[in-house]
Amino acid sequence: MVNIVVPIKQVPDIESVRFDSEKGRIDRSSAAAEINPFDLNALEAALVTKDECGGTITVISMGPPSAETTLRDALSRGADRAILLTGAEFAGADTLATSYTLACAIKKSGLFDLIICGEKTVDGDTGQVGPEIAEHLDIPHIAYVSNIEIFENKIIATSEMDGLVQLESGFPLLITVTKDINKPRLPSLGAKLRARKAVIEIWNADNLLPSEQKDKLGLKGSPTKVHRIVIPGDEGRKGIVIRNAPDKAVTAILQVLEEQKLWERRE
Amino acid sequence: MNEHQGILILAEQRREEIHPVSYELLGKGRELADKLGCQISAVLLSNNKIIKAEELIYHGADRVFLYQHSSLQKFDVRNYKHNIVKLIKEIKPAIFLIGATHFGRSLGPRIAAALNTGLTADCIGLELDESGNLIQIRPAFTGNILAEIKTRTRPQMATVRYKVMTAHKRNPQKQGEIILRNVEMMPGMLTILKAEQEQQINIADANIIVSGGKGLKKASDLEMLTQLAGLLNGVVGASRPLVDDGWIGKEHQVGFSGNTVKPNIYIACGISGSPQHMAGMRNSDIIISINTDPSAPILRISDYGIVGDLYEIVPKIIETIKKTYQ
Ligand SMILES: Cc1cc2nc3c(=O)[nH]c(=O)nc-3n(C[C@H](O)[C@H](O)[C@H](O)COP(=O)(O)OP(=O)(O)OC[C@H]3O[C@@H](n4cnc5c(N)ncnc54)[C@H](O)[C@@H]3O)c2cc1C
Ligand SMILES: Nc1ncnc2c1ncn2[C@@H]1O[C@H](COP(=O)(O)O)[C@@H](O)[C@H]1O
Repeated sequence: MVNIVVPIKQVPDIESVRFDSEKGRIDRSSAAAEINPFDLNALEAALVTKDECGGTITVISMGPPSAETTLRDALSRGADRAILLTGAEFAGADTLATSYTLACAIKKSGLFDLIICGEKTVDGDTGQVGPEIAEHLDIPHIAYVSNIEIFENKIIATSEMDGLVQLESGFPLLITVTKDINKPRLPSLGAKLRARKAVIEIWNADNLLPSEQKDKLGLKGSPTKVHRIVIPGDEGRKGIVIRNAPDKAVTAILQVLEEQKLWERRE
Repeated sequence: MNEHQGILILAEQRREEIHPVSYELLGKGRELADKLGCQISAVLLSNNKIIKAEELIYHGADRVFLYQHSSLQKFDVRNYKHNIVKLIKEIKPAIFLIGATHFGRSLGPRIAAALNTGLTADCIGLELDESGNLIQIRPAFTGNILAEIKTRTRPQMATVRYKVMTAHKRNPQKQGEIILRNVEMMPGMLTILKAEQEQQINIADANIIVSGGKGLKKASDLEMLTQLAGLLNGVVGASRPLVDDGWIGKEHQVGFSGNTVKPNIYIACGISGSPQHMAGMRNSDIIISINTDPSAPILRISDYGIVGDLYEIVPKIIETIKKTYQ
């Protein structure tokens, strides 16, 4: 029996978000929301473990009420319990506040052996939330894990750290997984229908913390702030296009290679 | 807050040497320190008795805090964190910079959380505002945007992408202080079973990358790109679908879920230019792309966009190089 928590985030489908480089605006309105792709790998790793060793899988997400659909998706893939952390106090969180909130929720959710996070999110894109959760909970972590073997009371993980390193650890432990660890399964239609009716536990700040500690959440608890965003345009590239003229193209490419002097003439 | 002064960088040991990203951090850090009129220090944790800590001074550091212990051979993240956090509480830097390697990105967040301070991931630019606060510039949304971030707590912590900042020229005359520190051991939780020291290729270090994408019709056609890369002393890269299909190892994958690269020349053959692919290579110095589709997004970020068939162009380049230079 291994009890696992998987923190998952709802993110926009990056392909359909529109980025306006002139106005410097991100328009998410057209984009569908989905589970962060790397979190599907985290969930799959949990499902495989449950298949082999038994146990329970709890998914937790901090986000707007609409993130409920993401949790239902996770339930339809085989998670047992889903918790949504939602409310104004959580809004505007950076990685420190997010990880603190998730750590509080994980503690409150009960006993756990293993926490599995995605490598990073496609929007926040930091990969920091996982290791920060581990620090708040004072448990070890292994990042960039691309393979695991789980036993009753220990795990053997392969971590990609400038070369591969194989580590063994007891529980409790947090790992962050890369996309190479597995191929996420698809939910069956029946499971999808069942997940529609499943209960999602909804927690707000009052459920997590005494009121005097609430300034560790959301915007108040976030030491970093985005001051400006810039959407890169053509990035000052030369922009020379050569169409349907293979010989001309080859000459141009060779000239660039020569100018760079990256490869010496071999007389 | 004002009691926090100076800059600290984390020097990283890669195998038996100092990782070049450490010198880049010193290059940028020195520039910021000169503007702020403060000192810059480096902290190095090493298992290696003969590691050349003075190199950090030659590359810009005023002081080096050196921790040496055979147990540091194994990267137990909590052990590293414990010693660094203790140092930071003592010397109270205003800015703490870490390389955005896997090592730095695993360790950095733990230190930041322990200190209850902000951490900005994977920066590609660092500037100062009029009050001397750090402006941290980083890509987000899969590389689609650049965000400028400020931190209201101290130290202001950032991980900085490899190969983006420039190291200063080495000056063996430069003076500085090496301060030896005792390593405090935490009870270890992790056991290392096996460490595969050398990765076969390290694509992030390559000066020329010849990459292939779904424009290739079969796995064996990668041979053509390998040949070209070989002639240029470069390395072969690939878009993710080729890795997923098992055509090539994942150490060759360029992009959001693969490697971030910044070679002098990146040649993209039959790659459309998805946001996820561009996130890993858009900072390359020169980008050349070969694509049959004139509307492929990769052409928009290319210095030289070749609209044409890679099966025609690539063999021609190989042939010409062989004819002209061999
Ligand atoms: C979470 C996530 C992470 C991802 N991470 C990565 C990543 O790290 N790296 C990555 O690459 N992708 C990544 N992807 C996948 C990405 O979305 C794209 O699917 C992928 O980059 C497309 O690869 P491609 O350009 O080779 O293929 P395609 O988009 O199919 O493009 C093939 C191109 O080849 C051209 N072509 C065809 N025939 C020829 C010919 N004979 N000569 C010249 N050109 C020709 C076509 O015009 C086309 O533009 C990720 C996706 C997700 C969701
Ligand atoms: N709001 C959130 N709710 C739940 N899990 C999250 C949230 N944000 C981040 N995570 C987890 O932390 C990982 C790293 O996220 P990030 O640091 O944003 O790149 C993700 O893959 C998730 O597993």
